Amino acid sequence: MHRRLMHRFANPARFLRIAKPLTPWLLWMGIALTLGACLWGVFFTPTERLMGDTVKIIFVHVPAAWLGMGGWTGIAIASIVQLVWRHPLAGVSARAIAVPGATFAAICLITGSIWGRPTWGTWWVWDGRLTSMLVLFFLYLGYIALSNASSEKGDTSRVAAVFGIIGAVNIPIINRSVIWWESQHQKASITLGGSSIDQAYLVPLFVSVAGFSLLFGALVLMRMRTALAEMRIEARMRRMADY
Amino acid sequence: MKPKHQRLLLAVIAVFALIGAGLIAAAALREEASYFYTPTTLASANVAPGKAIRLGGMVQKGSIVRAPDGVSIIFTVQDKDKTQKVAYRGITPDLFVEGSGVVADGRLGADGIFIADSLLAKHDENYVPKELADIDMNSAEHTKDTLSK
Repeated sequence: MHRRLMHRFANPARFLRIAKPLTPWLLWMGIALTLGACLWGVFFTPTERLMGDTVKIIFVHVPAAWLGMGGWTGIAIASIVQLVWRHPLAGVSARAIAVPGATFAAICLITGSIWGRPTWGTWWVWDGRLTSMLVLFFLYLGYIALSNASSEKGDTSRVAAVFGIIGAVNIPIINRSVIWWESQHQKASITLGGSSIDQAYLVPLFVSVAGFSLLFGALVLMRMRTALAEMRIEARMRRMADY
Repeated sequence: MKPKHQRLLLAVIAVFALIGAGLIAAAALREEASYFYTPTTLASANVAPGKAIRLGGMVQKGSIVRAPDGVSIIFTVQDKDKTQKVAYRGITPDLFVEGSGVVADGRLGADGIFIADSLLAKHDENYVPKELADIDMNSAEHTKDTLSK
């Protein structure tokens, strides 16, 4: 059953039939929710008891952290699917995630740094959380370089897939870094057990996370479609060269 | 066994090995990767006076004493069990308030007082609108304990 479900999308043509109309929906819903949440967050949330207005950078910082880490989780899952099931779209999706994932990891680091200066009194410290997040960004750069250097256009090499799986070790480390080690960064505000963020910030934060996530999905679909188109062009060129 | 199942088995083994290796490494780093000592870990660590270290914890309520010169302060950092006196000379961060977190760079003096060269404020994981916090800006109320242990 699950195999049939998975292989229904093995055919790129079928995937493209769904991805094409889905892309603008994700894109415009994502843009609308993101803009709405950010405006809501900046102009219609109260100042925080200690941080004042600097708290409002949370509406970009947290979604960026979520997508930076979620992106690599996606790469790791796609890499396993690629290596085990040889699903033709797995490698394409892993590569499509890499650049947006790296971008959001960078946004997380930059907004965190901007937030750290007024609240902590420093742009950067080498504590467990900040360091492991920086390592994630470097892993993305390594993955992008490796997959570009070792792959045919569009498709992903097995070396890159193995790298994608190994790099996933860092994800639980980022998550646990503030629990395992004393750190400058505070502990998780949102856990499975609940949230220590007041409703006034939590609701727009969830809207923002949803908006950025839809945007991320749209970017990944666009990049997958581009990669598939490139593969088709390449295949056609090869056929033409054979004649 | 079909080749696909072989690959699946290999992938499962690899993932478990990776998780195991990660956990072992993290456990080994437990002390080394902590960004600062808390008063409790400092008390049991036998750190030599003069050695550069970091100390973190909560600024004890009512402990900040400002010297007449205006820039020197003495305060107490506490965690759940122990306290540590800290002396600092300089401008404190905006979020440096009693009842909130602090991370101090410095060293232990011969008299047991921690001499801080720089102070960083440590925010906790609670985000509370100003009007909901029935406290003034010089004191933070905490519903959750920010220190582990």
